[in-house]
Amino acid sequence: MIAAPCLTIKNMTMAYGDFVIQRDLDFTINRGDIFIIMGGSGCGKSTLLMHLIGLQHPAKGDVLYGEQSLWQAEHNARQRILQRTGVLFQSGALLSSMTLAENVALPITEHTRLGSQRIREIVSYKLALVGLAGFEDYYPSEISGGMQKRAGLARAMALDPEILFFDEPSAGLDPVSAKLLDDLIRSLRDNLGATVVMVTHELASIFAIGTNSVFLDPETKTMIVSGPPKQLLNESRDPKVIRFLTRGETENRTENAAKNQET
Amino acid sequence: MTDNFPCEIKVSRQEHTLKAAIVGDWVMGSEPPALEAVLTQLGDGSDIKQLVFSTESLGRWDSLLMTELIRLIDYGAKQGIQVDTTTLPEGIQGLLSLVYAVPERVGARRQEVKTPWFEIIGKGGIRIYNDAQALVTFIGETALSIAALTRGKARFRWVDLWTYIQDCGPSALPIVTLISLLVGLILAFVGAVQLALFGAQIYIADLVGLGMTREMGGLMAAIIMSGRTGAAYAAQLGTMQVNSEIDALKTMGFEPMEFLVLPRILALILIMPLLCLYADLMGIIGGALVTVSFFDVSLVEYLNRTANAVHIPDFIIGVVKCAVFGVLIALSGCMRGMQCGRSASAVGDAATSAVVTGIVFIVIADSLMTVICNRLGI
Repeated sequence: MIAAPCLTIKNMTMAYGDFVIQRDLDFTINRGDIFIIMGGSGCGKSTLLMHLIGLQHPAKGDVLYGEQSLWQAEHNARQRILQRTGVLFQSGALLSSMTLAENVALPITEHTRLGSQRIREIVSYKLALVGLAGFEDYYPSEISGGMQKRAGLARAMALDPEILFFDEPSAGLDPVSAKLLDDLIRSLRDNLGATVVMVTHELASIFAIGTNSVFLDPETKTMIVSGPPKQLLNESRDPKVIRFLTRGETENRTENAAKNQET
Repeated sequence: MTDNFPCEIKVSRQEHTLKAAIVGDWVMGSEPPALEAVLTQLGDGSDIKQLVFSTESLGRWDSLLMTELIRLIDYGAKQGIQVDTTTLPEGIQGLLSLVYAVPERVGARRQEVKTPWFEIIGKGGIRIYNDAQALVTFIGETALSIAALTRGKARFRWVDLWTYIQDCGPSALPIVTLISLLVGLILAFVGAVQLALFGAQIYIADLVGLGMTREMGGLMAAIIMSGRTGAAYAAQLGTMQVNSEIDALKTMGFEPMEFLVLPRILALILIMPLLCLYADLMGIIGGALVTVSFFDVSLVEYLNRTANAVHIPDFIIGVVKCAVFGVLIALSGCMRGMQCGRSASAVGDAATSAVVTGIVFIVIADSLMTVICNRLGI
């Protein structure tokens, strides 16, 4: 199972009309990875995510789920592929007119033929999994931002997806909650055997849980490097990558590198 | 799809230990075995002290197995039976520890409570009272900001005012044209059927002219604007509330009532009388179309008759009414927008209730003003 390609991005160019955002993206996400898409603000990280989850059509190139092409596929086939994925949007994107239980139950009722008792049990299980046991009948506006995000995660996991996508999961969370969310993501990956693709520029998360990554550069409009984040920090020679990974404190680089070598 | 091995749970007991062997593929879509057999063995009066699992023949599994396990474990815990999960696969153990990591917060779960009818009525009364209070407060705040405006102290951007005027004036002309023309047409037809009995078709001009100027022109314009602009105001302000934009304005020292509400109200007050005149004209043209083409009255006759029948006070009454409607539409739209909650569905509710409130206000105000005019003999 190790290093089986789960998601392959092949020679992809993303553009809004004539305005190219990123070109010639070529990388592979392996099964079981926690894959980080990083880069400065405005480099097209979130746009790349949109292309991976079928919300935006690439200008050129393709995305392969296993062997299947996402963008060559017919509409229905694409929907079937995307059913194997779950997405957590930046602010949770819970439907505000529904309770948490209804939000989580929504994809289950739509895509399976389970009875309502069984769905209720699954919903309770998913909510307990993200630490929200007992909050079934709350509306999204009645709970805190961190809880909304976890509820969004419960909904993303509703159909036991093979791949989980996260858009800035720790944005807007305090460091402790962000750390807890990171731990949750990692243990879900370990226990469910899912693959995680994460857009983030939170350095703490990147180093704590990332097993592989790609760095997008807004100036050259392409990916500069890919590889495990810690390895990039230690081995990359590219000043942009180093500046990003050290928060611009380049002079501390040798120190940091030494520290990372130890761990 | 690979073939699923049917999932089963086989129980065997040794002394006080119940061993549950979990067999097969436990994936969603397969029909899980009834747990009741196991649960009854654990039930009241059983002498089982421990529940252990064996998973040698467990195939694939997902949330289906997890929910069943949680049911077993919860039931076991309730009966005081020791449940041993250490023999389960690591992944399942990890998930179970996540599930039980955060204990259910006491008091978080909501019970369905049946409210007695007396309480429902009482709450309704309190809501109406609060609503009325909010309305009065809002009117008061609006009055204060208008007072600030007259002293030249109200702070808002004049360019906003022009945008709102553009938005509720010229942009609304097509729909006002269509509706008023058709209303004039309808009035003419309805009247003509009766008047033609007496050969008095020429009086269609009186009917349409007076009907449009005193009543229907303003009313129709107001109802259109309530649906068009009142709802838009509520949705705009509601969305600003959701995005914390209104909070941002407050922290920058702007008074939302002056900055957001005042220009909107002013725009409607300025534009509504003009729209009313326009609607009157369109209605009269609509009436003329019908009368001239179907009832053997020439256009000149029709226009002469209209000029004789409709006087300046009739126009003034219509225009004043319409200005009042403008205030009411703007008030209800802005009030519902400012009261909006902080979610997408709240914005929808705000827009809906802005239109409903607006139309109710318009109709009530119209009846009052009509009765007053009638009493005063104007």
